[in-house]
Amino acid sequence: MARFVARRLLGMTAVLFAISVIVFLIFNVIPNSDPAARIAGKNADPALIARVNADLGLDKPLPVQYLTMMKQIFTGQLTSYAKDRNVVQQIWEGVPATFSLCIGAAVLWMSLAILFGYLSAVHAGRFADRALTILSLVGISMPVFWLAAMLLYFLSFKVELFPTGSYVPLTESPGDWAYHLILPWFTLAVLFVGIYSRVLRSNMLDAMNEDYVRTARAKGLSERQVRIRHVLRNSMIPVITLFGLDFGMVVGGGAILTETVYNLDGVGLYAGEAIRSLDLPPLMAVVMFGAFFIVFFNTIVDILYAVLDPRIRLGEAAPA
Amino acid sequence: MSAIMTVEDLRVSFATEDGVVKAVDGVSFELAAGEVLAIVGESGCGKSVTAQTLTGLTRASNARITGSVNYRGREINGLTDNQLRDVRGEQIAMVFQDPMCALNPVYRVGDQITEMIRAHRDVSKKEAKAKAIELLRSVGIPNADRRVRLYPHEFSGGMRQRVMIAMALALEPDVLIADEPTTALDVTIQAQILQLIDRLNRERDLAVIIITHDLGVVAEIADRVLVMYAGQVVEDATLDEIFYEPKHPYTWGLLGSLARLDQPRTTRLTQISGAPPSLLAPPAGCRFAPRCSHVFDKCTELPPLEARTGGTHLDRCWLDPDIKAHRGSERVAHHG
Amino acid sequence: MLLEVTDLVKHFPIRSGVVVDREVARVRAVDGVSFTLREGETLGLVGESGCGKSTLCRAILQLTTPTSGSVRFAGQELVGRSRRELRPMRRQMQMIFQDPFASLNPRKRVGQIIGDPLELHGLARGSELKRRVQDLLDRVGLQAEHYNRFPHEFSGGQRQRIGIARALALRPKLIVADEPVSALDVSVQAQIINLLEDVQEEFGLSYLFVAHDLGVVRHVSDRIAVMYLGKIVEDSGADELYDKPIHPYTNALLSAVPIPDPRQNSARERLVLEGDVPSPIDPPPGCRFHTRCPWSTEVCTSDEPALLDHRPKHLAACHHPQNV
Repeated sequence: MARFVARRLLGMTAVLFAISVIVFLIFNVIPNSDPAARIAGKNADPALIARVNADLGLDKPLPVQYLTMMKQIFTGQLTSYAKDRNVVQQIWEGVPATFSLCIGAAVLWMSLAILFGYLSAVHAGRFADRALTILSLVGISMPVFWLAAMLLYFLSFKVELFPTGSYVPLTESPGDWAYHLILPWFTLAVLFVGIYSRVLRSNMLDAMNEDYVRTARAKGLSERQVRIRHVLRNSMIPVITLFGLDFGMVVGGGAILTETVYNLDGVGLYAGEAIRSLDLPPLMAVVMFGAFFIVFFNTIVDILYAVLDPRIRLGEAAPA
Repeated sequence: MSAIMTVEDLRVSFATEDGVVKAVDGVSFELAAGEVLAIVGESGCGKSVTAQTLTGLTRASNARITGSVNYRGREINGLTDNQLRDVRGEQIAMVFQDPMCALNPVYRVGDQITEMIRAHRDVSKKEAKAKAIELLRSVGIPNADRRVRLYPHEFSGGMRQRVMIAMALALEPDVLIADEPTTALDVTIQAQILQLIDRLNRERDLAVIIITHDLGVVAEIADRVLVMYAGQVVEDATLDEIFYEPKHPYTWGLLGSLARLDQPRTTRLTQISGAPPSLLAPPAGCRFAPRCSHVFDKCTELPPLEARTGGTHLDRCWLDPDIKAHRGSERVAHHG
Repeated sequence: MLLEVTDLVKHFPIRSGVVVDREVARVRAVDGVSFTLREGETLGLVGESGCGKSTLCRAILQLTTPTSGSVRFAGQELVGRSRRELRPMRRQMQMIFQDPFASLNPRKRVGQIIGDPLELHGLARGSELKRRVQDLLDRVGLQAEHYNRFPHEFSGGQRQRIGIARALALRPKLIVADEPVSALDVSVQAQIINLLEDVQEEFGLSYLFVAHDLGVVRHVSDRIAVMYLGKIVEDSGADELYDKPIHPYTNALLSAVPIPDPRQNSARERLVLEGDVPSPIDPPPGCRFHTRCPWSTEVCTSDEPALLDHRPKHLAACHHPQNV
């Protein structure tokens, strides 16, 4: 087990390194991205641009620039070109909003997905299943930004049921915090509820045909015990691992659109701005932030799988 | 000995795209207390479906089940799952063919046994666990107190099957239904498991219904034998009667086609030509007629399962009893 | 002598590691096997799961590269040859597999399945090819019109017949049959066994017949080799193996098989082994069978017994041979 974890951590480091190099190279290759020219202003002459270049260290060879930037990220000193603010600080400030959004949405989506998936599987082929299936498909098909805009329009503008977005820190007022996040949570969760309930339904239908479910019934367990302790339990393993991956992705940047529409001051919003202004330092930092979480959760998921499935943990067919 | 289970005209059919498959087409038999009944036949004859249907485990939505399964005076065919809870496990327990698939891989073996105990009895976790350890010991698993915490995949095939048997016996049922319990096991391990089942049958007066395709296994532990073919019982007799006085051509064919270990090489195995009929549209008369070398004109009519030679030996064949006696003993003499 | 196998070894490495995979253990599937097979002879190979018989078959036919050892077929060494060199030799040795459902390509028609080997080796083409395939179909008890059908349209027994026809197509000298009837119903087994025996005489074949059903093996074999944990523990004529087994494992194996005859069955003295088969990754030291052997002594735990002829033409590897 220790060897397994060590291996994954090593892999994680390698992946993060590769990502940072690729982002850096891409950024330096795309046109219209000469920061010195932009910072120096519209009517700058070459001499001015050259001075800005030297000031920001942009005339040094690429590998040196890369190393400098990496060092700055890890020591929290990275400054953005455009706004001259500390990038790492900005990200840090955006974390509470992003985490609030993602964790809340995750709790919502998992609870609903398990409920819907379970009911769908148990009543497979009948009305409840068909209704839930249609709901899932609708949820999967709706683009996030469209849904967000629709919800805001109808439930916030037309009928002033919910606030129009913006983030209230938890420490300030838990009630308001939750109130402002209800629509964003729902928006972000809808897509995932659709996918996860379908996955769970499919896994459960497969599990119901397994021999061990037949044994459980033959033992005289109640139908409910059979369904929950045997069918659901075994069907949840792939769902949980899938969750780990999706959660990592959502935190790492999948929430950009939601944050933007609802004007939540999170990392996603910050990333959106950086992309629009093609500002390398914040972009790099945000990508590293995102990549870190995705890779981290990938690793967690692999370890979790071993925890949940004893066959993986203890090795196949080891006769006692 | 009186019968504890009586099955009458059990029929199980499955509605498929190609038509209605009559998997079990009128099976009747009795099981006496403490008796070992073997149901033997080849793949597709309906023996496994029969076994599962006895405790209502055939639950496919396209299945139609009719007939009577009477257990200790109570009709259990057609009951709901919740109504069957006090029969399953408590009175009639089952052991299946592949213990790797039949045990839930994510729960410890001990937990799977205690789950069963606590579903039927009001005992504490500690008591249930102690009982689980005792059960594992009783089926010959060494270091039971340690192994109770292991997962199914950590056991070898034979040990897993012992675990399944231990679990089946947890509530001291009267009947054990074993569906091909040794088919997936090596022959030396099979011998161990059969020895175990035999011991349990004798020590606890446990009635056993064992489903198998292996006539050697039948010879080893059965008291009575049902031979099934194409969804029906074609012969129902005691162990000796089946092997030494068989009265159905299919049984003759089965016995004749065996390559026996205790015989030197004969020139040729007696084979049954052709293949079993489709269960979608079985032949109108005797189902074995197309492959039978003794077929005659009466065989276009389906023979009922009857005792044609007195006693309790039932068969489903129109042949004259004298011919049967002659053919039957001819078979036995051929193999000395 | 058609086939001479000497000290054949096939190990499968188990790799593990943090950054780089290193070999941490080996599965000693076949651990030094030697035997011979004459022309026209049937050698039965028996053993339980994990004994290495399937791996042995593949190692002999070079379907998997042996770790070491020698396989001489009709005087020619097979081990270490390149694929090109092996090609002409492959015509002489063919294989029949256990699973009639998995061993035929579901996308190919029967005619193709049987005809491909002929075409591959340039032996026939076009209408001549078709004629030869139909001859084979007829020989194995199928009909000419089955030429255009797909495998899924046939029963298990019929598919096995197709597999046999395929193996016979090149008129080989040796057929390795790996559990050819284990997956079939008893009544169909008899048909296939009879077919294999008829064809043996007609085509002048030698068989290496692997099975776990001792009754079947006794019926078809001239000689039988018993395998346990990667090694041959006994090698003798079929009838003598049954009448006078020398190795305790053979004894136990024979004793464990239930005879379909109640009186004979109960009249026998039964030897039921305790415990499970050890793992081929970590076989017991000395005689591999000593952990389950009722007659094992000190020497059995330290010295591996050699395969010797304790009776004429009857080899066994045991420090305490019985029936000698």
